[in-house]
Amino acid sequence: MIIKTLLSGDLPRSRILSAMLLAVLIGLILAPFVFPGARSLNVAATICVFVVLVASYDLLLGYTGVVSFAHTMFYGIGAYGVGLALNGMGPSWWAVFVGTSGALALSLVLALVIGLFSLRVKAIFYAMITLAVASAFAVLASQLSDFTGGEDGRTFRVPEMLQPGFRLLDTEILGRAIDGKLITYYLVFFSALALFLFMLRIVNSPFGRVLQAIRENDFRAEALGYRTVIYRTLANCLGALIATLAGVLMALWLRYVGPKTMLSFEVMTDILLIVVIGGMGTVYGAVIGSALFILAQNYLQVMMGKASVAMSGIPFLANLFHPDRWLLWLGVLFVLSVYFFPTGIVGRLRARALTRERP
Amino acid sequence: MTSDEHPVLSTHGLSIRFGGHVAVNNVSCEFRPGSLTAIVGPNGAGKTTYFNLMSGQLSPTSGSVRLYGEDVTRLGAPQRTKRGIGRAFQLTNLFPNLTVLENVRLTVQSRAGLGLNMTSMWSSHVELIEKAEHFLHAAALTDRRNELASALPHGDKRKLEIAILLALEPDIFMFDEPTAGMSVDEVPVVLDLIHHIKAQSDKTILLVEHKMDVVRSLADRIIVLHNGYLVADGDPDEVMASPIVQEAYLGTGMAEHV
Repeated sequence: MIIKTLLSGDLPRSRILSAMLLAVLIGLILAPFVFPGARSLNVAATICVFVVLVASYDLLLGYTGVVSFAHTMFYGIGAYGVGLALNGMGPSWWAVFVGTSGALALSLVLALVIGLFSLRVKAIFYAMITLAVASAFAVLASQLSDFTGGEDGRTFRVPEMLQPGFRLLDTEILGRAIDGKLITYYLVFFSALALFLFMLRIVNSPFGRVLQAIRENDFRAEALGYRTVIYRTLANCLGALIATLAGVLMALWLRYVGPKTMLSFEVMTDILLIVVIGGMGTVYGAVIGSALFILAQNYLQVMMGKASVAMSGIPFLANLFHPDRWLLWLGVLFVLSVYFFPTGIVGRLRARALTRERP
Repeated sequence: MTSDEHPVLSTHGLSIRFGGHVAVNNVSCEFRPGSLTAIVGPNGAGKTTYFNLMSGQLSPTSGSVRLYGEDVTRLGAPQRTKRGIGRAFQLTNLFPNLTVLENVRLTVQSRAGLGLNMTSMWSSHVELIEKAEHFLHAAALTDRRNELASALPHGDKRKLEIAILLALEPDIFMFDEPTAGMSVDEVPVVLDLIHHIKAQSDKTILLVEHKMDVVRSLADRIIVLHNGYLVADGDPDEVMASPIVQEAYLGTGMAEHV
């Protein structure tokens, strides 16, 4: 019952999916203890942030049917907001608060302006406008180098409690020091979890249902009395604000902001790919998609290196699986997954569960 | 027709031009509560366009639409729906990948003004679901409640259109060829529903219909559109007998329907 309320009545509806979600959840909770090492913890934190970022994009693309290319801009605003505030005001919680609220305010204004000006027009024009605004913002961030650090970005110090040198307890727990890095990780994890559950509630609220109606048939939604411009604009603002918070979390984790990691178009394409692979309009797709994608991005190269060594007897195969070709194989994996799971992994698993129920 | 009452809905010199084509030309007409007005005319006469202008899907080139005396010409479809205009569409216009129940539940939710509620679960508003089921029952669709709208056969899609219209609980019901493409045994279900609405004397019904037997059995008044002009308006028998209507229909090969 509590679980049902937490998940807003939107259960995974597939045993395999439930198992996968549970595995990701447990993996992320225990990551600092089970997978020691800076790299694996970094992967886990990135997954947490991307779940939020991708789910907030799914709110737009999967639920409302709005195609936006400005999502990384809002992510970047959050990251730069907190990064520049900490850089300028010194490492204090006050700076985190100021940076976060400033970033949220800027995102809200931008999302409102973009929304009200362009959500009345056809979808393709809206996509183009968001692309233009996002590109302009990325250029601005790298040009204002005195302020933003330009292409190099900015590193900054986080509040003491989140610094790696900080020790909450003198003793170790399960062989791991309770240090600032661990505290930061759990800050990221629990924020991501809360934001995820919040989004799950939104899409299962009466409001979320209207968003789906707009995606399905905006003309009819109007005829039922729903003013679609208002709903689209609100969805746009919500998506933007949550993406901003994802940016804040990422900046606190990395203790760095830069255009490449926060604003580049590659981040945008990553988001798009994850949404499609995970399953549009499901929210859960963001969890499965992000976990698979970030793991593949980080470990495919390593795995291929091992495979290549193992196949060193056969030059052709060894060459094919050379670690340098990991991007090619990542691409192949995407094409295959989109081809075989057009409704995404979650959509596929749910359809499977449904056919098993009613044969 | 109860002519002493104020009109609920009226159009004044309403025109719309698409490029060089004037689809609705200077149409002035008043609709009173408790009346069922059939709008007839050959294909391309501008009947559906006239509907779209009244329910807000289109904005006129000139002229005005008044609802309870208030000028609503500049208001969009959502605002007009909120003020009591309910519209069923000729080409079924549903939410294809949502269930039959959800199609109607969304309508009830709009009426209840709950659309902007983000913090509660949709399923916790049991009263909306019950109300939606009531309208599904009225349209004889209860058995289909969990199917996707896109999976329904044509006749059931039309019934769902009507269930949505009922769920809007409007003061003005606008039916655009409600029985088109329905099988013979399904038509009476729809006609019974319209009769039932008509029995509530405060409702205003507008009906675009081709089948003259349907029109005769239901209408208190007929208006005839031809090439965008309003060419006849009055008592059904009178209108059907008038030379201008005979010519309009005969001229376009519709004589067999008269």
